[in-house]
Amino acid sequence: MVKQVKPDLSVRIGKLELKNPVMVASGTFGYAEEFAPFIDLKELGAIVTKTITVRPRLGNIPPRTCETPAGMLNSIGLENPGIDKFIGEKLPFLKKLGIPVIVSIASIDDPEEFTALARQLDKIEGVSALELNISCPNLHKDKLISQDAKDTFELVSLVRKLTGKCLITKLSPNVTSISEIALAAERAGSDAVALINTLGAMSIDVDKREPKIGSWSGGLSGPAIRPVAVKMVWEAHNKIKIPIIGMGGIMDIQSSLEFFIAGASAISVGTANFINPRASVEIISGLKTYLVDNNIRDLSGLIGSLKACEN
Amino acid sequence: MGPGQIKAKIISNKRFKDNYWHLELESRLISGRALPGQFVNIKVSDDVEPLLRRPLSIHSANGSRVRLFYEALGMGTRVLSNRVPGEFLDVIGPLGNGFSLPGKGQGPGCQAAILVAGGMGVVPLIFLAKKIRSSRPLVLIGARTKNKILCAPEFKALGTAVKIATDDGSLGFKGRVTELLGQVLREAKSAKGLSIYACGPRPMLKAVGKIACENNIDSQLSLEEHMACGIGACLGCVVATQSGYRRVCKDGPVFSGKELTW
Repeated sequence: MVKQVKPDLSVRIGKLELKNPVMVASGTFGYAEEFAPFIDLKELGAIVTKTITVRPRLGNIPPRTCETPAGMLNSIGLENPGIDKFIGEKLPFLKKLGIPVIVSIASIDDPEEFTALARQLDKIEGVSALELNISCPNLHKDKLISQDAKDTFELVSLVRKLTGKCLITKLSPNVTSISEIALAAERAGSDAVALINTLGAMSIDVDKREPKIGSWSGGLSGPAIRPVAVKMVWEAHNKIKIPIIGMGGIMDIQSSLEFFIAGASAISVGTANFINPRASVEIISGLKTYLVDNNIRDLSGLIGSLKACEN
Repeated sequence: MGPGQIKAKIISNKRFKDNYWHLELESRLISGRALPGQFVNIKVSDDVEPLLRRPLSIHSANGSRVRLFYEALGMGTRVLSNRVPGEFLDVIGPLGNGFSLPGKGQGPGCQAAILVAGGMGVVPLIFLAKKIRSSRPLVLIGARTKNKILCAPEFKALGTAVKIATDDGSLGFKGRVTELLGQVLREAKSAKGLSIYACGPRPMLKAVGKIACENNIDSQLSLEEHMACGIGACLGCVVATQSGYRRVCKDGPVFSGKELTW
């Protein structure tokens, strides 16, 4: 059998055309500058920024991270310089890279803050898409927007009216039915859903009888949550038609493949960036090799290719 | 020059007493770029457990060799202590902002720098002492007890004066190293042109910062903090400063004592 030389890695998310399906997850890649010494940033399919809010935020009190079995907790609390400083100081570097820039946005007190952010970013060329972070576990809310189908529908509808840009809705795994929430996002006009944000979690120092992080609880990420994420991608894939961006403990090519097979059209590398800054680009090259070795011409032959067990 | 991510060969990895280990790595890139106070971030194994890298202060850099010094206490450092010469470690470095070296133009006989080390805090200060040995810094080393006093002979070999403080009085001054620092400053004729460089546990650093401020002396404090990324991306290892939270891994680990609000 003659093997193909160059598989097609391109994928479409709404009106966004990605040259490859490997992104970096919000909050794990700063505003990209920190990774310039380690990888050629231009190779990435897209960059998702650290979440931006209307006003600057100091974030939560330290300690903000701790290691857990095959994972880590974080409670950064959306520390960011605010939208104006982001546009003035961080966006120029990102724009120069020439790859799609997806800006993650969140509200703190009032969902109307999403309106202000969407209006402002809609006008900016070089912002390719908006990711609605309605699932951050570190804001100490009783309920997240993405923990309620109706709230999710209303918020996404609100932002949808304000921007023609590609809209991605990032969802929390802390729900009874992920497909119900994903469906609400789809019906409200979201171009894609990103699954999953971190899982609410806690770790205790038993000698001190204190929580290991300053804000008591945080979000769990890393390989420990991967099976949870894969199942949620699969569940949502069975229910919705819009593309799914899969994430949760992807460390290497092997773990990224689980997500594609379960139904993700693209994937985001998150916690792995902390451990191996080259993880994302290694996955891109691994994906090319995998498609060639398995004689798959393009990603459509891989996405959602899960089969039932044979016996 | 910025950091690199490299596979560094282990030249040696030896226990020299109790749980204290010397690790020597081969890396011309890191050795060539390393400055006192900077650190490297090591993936101790290929496993997902422990997941995160372990930051270790650079003890010295010479030719193509980078020396590190660690205490095998937790899971990460215990795994590291099992790695053997000839194996390769995934290392990122050098990282962070190190110490600013003391100003030139000090008068003859003027003590330019006092180095204050608590416990494992000796590690980056050895590297610093090597760079500034011509200005004859005074080194104060503190620990709970005699057996926990580290690297005193190494400092002495560099020609620096060394004073020791132990909490239990088993060696040198009986009391905290910060009390010894207070005594040294009271006995000094003048604090003009003096800088204090310190590394150690946080309560010690806070006390050093306070003493330095009271005596109107500049202090540079090297902080330790749990890190996730080590390269400034995750905002996990922040410390409170006059200008808000700053990253220990990227803006530090060395901060001016005046800047920190803890």
